[in-house]
Amino acid sequence: MSFSWARPYEPKHPLARWIDERLPLPRLVYGAVGGGYPVPRNLNYWWNFGVLAGVFLTIQIITGIVLAMHYYASADGAFNSVEHIMRNVNAGWFLRYAHANGASFFFIATYIHIFRGIYYGSYKAPRELVWMLGLVIYLLMMATAFMGYVLPWGQMSYWGAQVITGFFSAFPLVGEPVRVWLLGGFAPDQATLTRFFSLHYLLPFVIAAVVVLHIWALHIPGSNNPTGVDVKEERDTLPFHPFYTAKDGWFAGLMLLLFALVLYYAPNALGHADNYIPANPLATPAHIVPEWYFWPFYAILRAFTVDFIIPAKLWGVLAMFASILLLFFLPWLDKSPVRSGSYRPVFRTFFWILVFDIVLLGWAGGRAATPTVVAVSQIASAYYFVHFLIILPLISKYERPLPLPNSISDSVLHGEEREAAPAGIPPRTTTVAE
Amino acid sequence: MATLEQSTTGSSTASSQEADGVRRRDFLNIAAVSFAGVGGVAVLVPLVTQMSPSADVLAMASVEVDISAVQPGQAIKAMWRKQPVFIRNLTPQEIQAANSVPVSQLRDPETLADRTKPGHLNWLINIGVCTHLGCVPLGVGEGENRGEYGGYFCPCHGSHYDTAARIRKGPAPTNLVVPDYEFLSDTSIRIG
Repeated sequence: MSFSWARPYEPKHPLARWIDERLPLPRLVYGAVGGGYPVPRNLNYWWNFGVLAGVFLTIQIITGIVLAMHYYASADGAFNSVEHIMRNVNAGWFLRYAHANGASFFFIATYIHIFRGIYYGSYKAPRELVWMLGLVIYLLMMATAFMGYVLPWGQMSYWGAQVITGFFSAFPLVGEPVRVWLLGGFAPDQATLTRFFSLHYLLPFVIAAVVVLHIWALHIPGSNNPTGVDVKEERDTLPFHPFYTAKDGWFAGLMLLLFALVLYYAPNALGHADNYIPANPLATPAHIVPEWYFWPFYAILRAFTVDFIIPAKLWGVLAMFASILLLFFLPWLDKSPVRSGSYRPVFRTFFWILVFDIVLLGWAGGRAATPTVVAVSQIASAYYFVHFLIILPLISKYERPLPLPNSISDSVLHGEEREAAPAGIPPRTTTVAE
Repeated sequence: MATLEQSTTGSSTASSQEADGVRRRDFLNIAAVSFAGVGGVAVLVPLVTQMSPSADVLAMASVEVDISAVQPGQAIKAMWRKQPVFIRNLTPQEIQAANSVPVSQLRDPETLADRTKPGHLNWLINIGVCTHLGCVPLGVGEGENRGEYGGYFCPCHGSHYDTAARIRKGPAPTNLVVPDYEFLSDTSIRIG
C-alpha cells in the first residue's frame, strides 16, 4: 500500500506511542488521509468531488438520525409528523430542508465525481474495482434516495412507490409476486412504509462501509491524475495532509456556502409541490415525476412504446437497469491504454456529446410524455447505448492519442524559478529547486 | 489436534477407513458444515416470508359493494385490497361499441363477454390500476377525460382504454384487470 517514500507514522508523545503499540488507529488514519499518504501533485478541482460526496453522506447520516427522532413511520401519521417537524420541532425546518436538499447535493457531487472518472479514465487498470465499488455505492444511493422520498407519504411519495415497485411487475411470472412481496400488500401501505423506513435507516451505513472499501481499493494504486500518467517518483506527489486536506477543506466550505444558499433561499426548488398533498391511493397526480437525479433513467424507461417480441414495458425496465449495469463493463469496453481524455482528442469530443446526451435524457425524463419528449427520449436513449457499446470500443481501437508527458512533474514543472516555492513565497535560493 | 490426526492416520484402523474412500474427519466436516448450512437456509425462511402480505392485509381480501344506485353510463370507485376498483354500468351504445371491434385487432384480445359475467354484460368491473406502471386511470368521475376510445385514460403515460377497459393505445401491455367477483344479487357484488 502506497509508495516507498510515504512518510511512516512516528508518534512523538509517549501516550501516542503507547496507543500505537496497542491499537494503531492513529497510524491507520495517518497513512490513509494524513501526511503518510502521497497523492499526485497535479490534481485539479474535479478531484475534490469525492471528498465532497463524503461530506454530504455525513450530513445525510447526521440529519437523518436526528429527523428519525421526530418522524413517525405510519400511513396515518407520517405526513403529519413531517409537518410537525416543519412547524413545531425546534430547528426542524432546518434539519428537514438540509436532509432533502442534502440528498440533491450528494447526487450532484456524485455525478460530477462519476463524470470526472469517465473523462480521466479513472476506471482503467489498476482501478477497475475502485470504479465498480463506486457504482455499487451509486446503486445503494439510488435505493436509499427512493425509499427516503417515500417516507413523507405525500402524493409523489405514494405514487413514486407505486410506479417504481411496478417495474418489477414487468417481469413475466415472478414479477407480480415479487412486487407484492416487496410492498407487503397489493398496493403501498403501512407495511411498505415501515420497511422502507427501516431500510432507509440501514442503507446509509452500508454505503459508508462500501465507501471504506472504495477508498481502500483506491489507496492501493493511489489516485489517478489529470495526465493519467502513473506516479514515478517522490516529486510527482504531495502528502495528503496538509496539502489536500487544505484544498478539500476550502472547497467543501465553498460548496457548503452554495448548499446554504439553496437551503435558505430556495429549499423547495428541487422538490415537487405535489408531495405537500397527503398520499391518496384513489387519485393519481396528473404528472408523476421522480426526483431530478432519476430523470435520465426515467426517460430511458419511457422511451419504449412498441412491443417487440417482449412487451414495451419490459423493454423499458430492462433498458433502464442495463444503462447502469453497462457501466460495470466500462473498464473492458474502453481498451485504450491512455487514461486521460486530455490526450485523447476523439474520445474527448464524444465524452462531451455523451454529457449532452445524458443532460438531454434528464430534460426528457422530467417532462410529461408528449410525442416530442418521447421522440427525444428514444433518440437520446439509443445514443447512450451506442456510445458505450459501439463508439467507445471503436475509438479505443482507432484513435491516435496525443503524446503523453514523461511524468506528472514534467507536465506541471517547467524549471521556472517561480515554481521552486509555493505561490506568494519567494524561492529561498536562486538555484532552481529539484 | 494435528498430532492426533497424524497418529490415527498411521494406525491400521485409519488405513481401513481410507480403503472405502471416506475418512472419518472428512465425514464429520461435511456433516457439520451441511447441518449448519441447512439450518442457515431454514432461518432465511421467516426472514423472507415476513415481508409478504400479513394476515390482516389478506383478511381485507374481499369486499361487498351495493351497485343498485349506479345508473347506466355511470361508474363508481370501490376499495379492494387498498386498490381502487372501477364499477361501471355500461350503456347499450358502449356495449355495442365494445362488441363492434374485431378481437384480432386488439393488443390483448378479449371480448366484452369474456370480461363480464353471463347475464350481466352491462356491468364492467376492473381494478382501477393502469397495467403500465400502476397509476389510477381517469374516466370514473363525471366529466373526466375518458380517452380516445371512450373508456378510461391514464394521464401518467397516456394509455387509452376502450368501453370494455381494453388497452387500445399507449404503453400499457394488457387490459385493465378484471378481479375475481360474483353477483350476490342483481344489485350487490362481492369482490375477491
